[in-house]
Amino acid sequence: MAEGWRLGGALRGLFASPTIDDDTWDDLETALLGADFGPDITEQVLDELRASVAKFKTTDPRDLKRMLRESLEERLAAHDPTLTLSNRPAVVLVVGVNGVGKTTTIGKFAKFLTGYGRTVVVGAADTFRAAAVDQLATWAERAGAQVVRPQHQGQDPASVAYQTVQFAIDNNIDIAIIDTAGRLQTKAGLMDELGKVTRVIEKLAPIAEVLLVLDGTTGQNGLAQAEAFIESAGVTGLVVTKLDGSAKGGFVLRVQQQTGIPIKLIGQGEGIGDLTGFTPHVFAASLVP
Amino acid sequence: MATFGTLSDRLTATFSALRTKGKLSPADVDGTVREIRRALLDADVALPVVKDFTAAVRERALGDEVNKALNPAQQVVQIVNDELITILGGQQRRLEFAKNPPTVIMLAGLQGAGKTTLAGKLAKWLKADGHTPLLVAADLQRPNAVQQLQVVAEQAGVAVFAPEPGNGKGDPVKVAKDALKHAKTALHDVVIVDTAGRLGVDAELMKQAADIRKAVDPDEVLFVIDAMIGQDAVSTAKAFQEGVDFTGVVLSKLDGDARGGAALSVASITGRPIMFASTGEGLDDFEPFYPDRMASRILDLGDILTLIEQAQKSFTEDEARATAEKFATDSFTLEDFLAQMQQLKNMGSIKGMLGMLPGARGMREQLDNFDEGEIVRTEAIIQSMTPAERRVPKLLNGSRRLRIAKGSGTTVTEVNALVSRFEQAAKMMKTMAKGGMPQIPGMGPMPGMGGGGGAASMRKAAAKKKGKSASKSGNPAKRAAEEAARAQGVRPAPSGASGSGFGLGGAAPAGDKQPTADELAALQKFLGR
Repeated sequence: MAEGWRLGGALRGLFASPTIDDDTWDDLETALLGADFGPDITEQVLDELRASVAKFKTTDPRDLKRMLRESLEERLAAHDPTLTLSNRPAVVLVVGVNGVGKTTTIGKFAKFLTGYGRTVVVGAADTFRAAAVDQLATWAERAGAQVVRPQHQGQDPASVAYQTVQFAIDNNIDIAIIDTAGRLQTKAGLMDELGKVTRVIEKLAPIAEVLLVLDGTTGQNGLAQAEAFIESAGVTGLVVTKLDGSAKGGFVLRVQQQTGIPIKLIGQGEGIGDLTGFTPHVFAASLVP
Repeated sequence: MATFGTLSDRLTATFSALRTKGKLSPADVDGTVREIRRALLDADVALPVVKDFTAAVRERALGDEVNKALNPAQQVVQIVNDELITILGGQQRRLEFAKNPPTVIMLAGLQGAGKTTLAGKLAKWLKADGHTPLLVAADLQRPNAVQQLQVVAEQAGVAVFAPEPGNGKGDPVKVAKDALKHAKTALHDVVIVDTAGRLGVDAELMKQAADIRKAVDPDEVLFVIDAMIGQDAVSTAKAFQEGVDFTGVVLSKLDGDARGGAALSVASITGRPIMFASTGEGLDDFEPFYPDRMASRILDLGDILTLIEQAQKSFTEDEARATAEKFATDSFTLEDFLAQMQQLKNMGSIKGMLGMLPGARGMREQLDNFDEGEIVRTEAIIQSMTPAERRVPKLLNGSRRLRIAKGSGTTVTEVNALVSRFEQAAKMMKTMAKGGMPQIPGMGPMPGMGGGGGAASMRKAAAKKKGKSASKSGNPAKRAAEEAARAQGVRPAPSGASGSGFGLGGAAPAGDKQPTADELAALQKFLGR
């Protein structure tokens, strides 16, 4: 089996040694790279820590560990992770590449919202993938949300999105969440389609949040994904999924840092309750126990 | 990954000071190895693999076996490329079929890796090969995975075995077992078992996968992994190897811009071959895996071989020869120009083609601005001319041009631009067909040609095109094709085969699909400045 929280494991051994030496730095670099932080962030963090260690003249690995956690936390906390859902209806558009867990996230998010007494409608604008509509409908049922289905297979996603928002307005529903088909960021035509979806929705109501779902196991390609989706869909927040596995999702820090788009939600399992808001110190603490 | 430049760019920079040196010093090698390490990490190759890999490269670079004919940067790239191909598996492996049908193929992987879609692709591919595959819905976990498989099966035109509705109900092990019985009675010779996505750390689900494996005793267990996966590839691959002991790997979502370092990690850590690559959402977007091409992709050297192959499909040698003769004898007309353009269109999307070129990943923006409609407009303009005008563009006076513009729904400016572009192209092609080499970098001592190389000039070409309202579409693509051919070390022969004015025909007889050391060297030369 996989070794679980690998960064944690690597660091535990590391911080057990009595003083900070070259091995400590090597191990730290290995641990950071292994958590998908990528070479750039790793270098930045290491430089910062070296400077701090020199400044405070410490030789205790425990100090280093604390500084590492603080450094990561500070970087993670650089942006505000609060969701803005104050409009009525608050329209949330969910986008991402294929197989990152958009539909599952919507199911969990709808449950999360209904749990707070909000009424929710989900729009199945993923009219492309086989059985995606049914998958979303199953989730909606579990979450106690209503669902707007396309009238026929392959209907224009923008029209489904429009109908969903219209439905929310007509029935006085608080929040409309719209699922979209997964698309790789390199498919320009499909990315343009997202632009159309947003334009069409905005004829009825302003979009409150555009959430980009990122797979926690993704590597440095996550940045390319984020940049492309920001450009075509105006992403306002990141959702990181599949963090219940052995992946650390360190790349999201790089994404957040380079794009300025905050991480807002974290998905940690296939159960309907496995979605939480993003709290920097919890995330940092899970990276550096 | 455009922001970081390609490995070849960086290596070139690292070595710019070492041009004159014939041999690598340990210090040079260390600098280079650092760059390689970074490039591999940027491509998401797992750290342990990067460490072993760079150690091996370092050793070889310092050894005596290096090729004295290449400059240091070229030597290193060659070594890296060799090593990459070695790890990725020197050759492809085919599916192994059981002596007594049915052959059982089981699919396993993380959630969202693309197993269900792959099941459909594999089934369609096998069906085209004359097999009668049966898809088995053993993913009873994810909501409506069973329905998805049914739809996919219908699209692929194959049978599906789905006795359980799914959504958390039913026993996948029993489904898999029953499927085998069903396959025997219904005479299906291949059974493809789609299983639920599971995380490597989920002991319970891994045990379930192992139980399915035990129950059906598959001939092949394919591990489907997302090409975009990061460092976690190692623990996931290890977990699946221990859990279900897969026999081969399928790399999915290769149509994105991920460099796919995971391929290297998984192949290196598990020792299992990568057998297929999945490259799109259509059921036909599925192909055997080519290690050499993947090596180029990880290093961002571009997928030149695929490009050449596609070109070979669309351009015959005779056509290229005929065109070359026309160039040489100055009888190249707008009619031929139109024919050329239509051939280019046959090669598929120009955007797709450009995307395969080295360094093209950095051109995404320009590619996006590339309007395939330009070709249609150019076609319309030429088709609005009379045959006489097409043969003798000099005939085109003002009123004729106005007529053509009206006939094609364009403006006179666009017609003018097309004509002048055609004349320029014909002139350039003529020079080349006669053996001249205008403006081709890396073809020998041409001082002052410095920055004109490869990707840079392509980028310029694309950028230039953007600015003008008139269509320039034919040109960059053609130039791209030429450069591709040239990068393969195809030099224009003095004879008619100098069709390498359009490069592609000339490349065809080369025939050799494996890049030789020389070709790679030429490629590197072409990339270097």
